[in-house]
Amino acid sequence: MSAAAELSLKDRIFEILSQVPDPEIPCVSVVDLGIVREVRGQTLVITPTYTGCPATITIEQDIRAALDRGGLSDIRIETTLSPPWTTDWISDEGRERLRAYGIAPPPKGAGKHSVRETTVECPRCGSIHTQEISRFGSTPCKSLHRCLDCREPFDRFKCH
Amino acid sequence: MADDVLFDHALRLGDDALVMGQRLSEWCGHAPMLEVDLALANIALDLLGQATHFLNLAGEIEGKGRDADALAFHRDVLDFRNCLLVEQPNGDFAQTIARQFLFSNWQELLMREIAAAPEPRLAAIGAKAVKEIAYHAKFASEWVVRLGDGTAESRTRMIAGLEWMWRFVDELFDPMDGAPSRRGEWDARINRTLTEAGLELPKPRRGAMGGRAGHHSEHLGHLLTEMQFLQRAYPGATW
Ligand SMILES: [Zn+2]
Repeated sequence: MSAAAELSLKDRIFEILSQVPDPEIPCVSVVDLGIVREVRGQTLVITPTYTGCPATITIEQDIRAALDRGGLSDIRIETTLSPPWTTDWISDEGRERLRAYGIAPPPKGAGKHSVRETTVECPRCGSIHTQEISRFGSTPCKSLHRCLDCREPFDRFKCH
Repeated sequence: MADDVLFDHALRLGDDALVMGQRLSEWCGHAPMLEVDLALANIALDLLGQATHFLNLAGEIEGKGRDADALAFHRDVLDFRNCLLVEQPNGDFAQTIARQFLFSNWQELLMREIAAAPEPRLAAIGAKAVKEIAYHAKFASEWVVRLGDGTAESRTRMIAGLEWMWRFVDELFDPMDGAPSRRGEWDARINRTLTEAGLELPKPRRGAMGGRAGHHSEHLGHLLTEMQFLQRAYPGATW
């Protein structure tokens, strides 16, 4: 396959998958989240976010269905753990969409020191006057916070 | 690493995570408060995810067509290779926290080593797991401080929980996986948190061993009875 043809196949796959929402946070696509890693020949490489993420199987099925609908049934899906997924792979557009959805996005570069405290900005009013309520939230990837200014509780995408 | 050695190694890592995860999931809906319920369920989920990866790898190495489900649901108690610590009953909340504190701090050091080990398939799982376990260790350590440095009642219970679990510590450092090298750093971590909590190290006692050879306490059989019920009643059931 020529380089140009391969590029267009990759573009086509990413175009299709940018329409596949994450099943638990549907405001972002599997591409925005960095779950879709690369296209190698006829193989699409994806990676799980958390080892125990219950959405992993659904995500793979959704990707398979989207590829099939796009006439790409011959593309194989391969799952890789290495290098491990980090929140640094969430795209800038993905971060903006999370914020608009009411989930504070992780700061860029935070994946390297996941447990360390950082300032968390309220996704509603922008205040940094916020407090962590629970480090473990409604899904493995989120923690629970509250804003001390607008008083709203909110989720935060955990640094990982 | 020879295949049979690698199989045993992956099995130990998988069984530790599986049994610990199953134990923690018993708290779901029963924890003292909502945030703790969420935390324990999340930690359990991470551990079950790690177990799935390690046991799938063990099955792949073995090459007899067994996957993580087959290894989790169709083995009997003597074939489990987890350490005795993880199968101990939850007891009260302080006893659960004591067990998690000792385990997660150890598991984090272990996974850090595995992430840097030459076996690429083990290393890949280790590198993912270590980031999750850092959260578990921090959660448990914070609760040790909160309970130890809390009321007279919470302090008494925290001390009792640590006393109960302490006899299962030596087994974690069995030379099998070259583990004694980890002991110094583990001791330092445990000491640091206990000092902050105003607690003392439990008195040394003779360690209980045998989990790695399949010699388990009576508690594991009961845990498996519940965990394996569905696959034993309806073998091969799927949904
Ligand atoms: Zn606010």
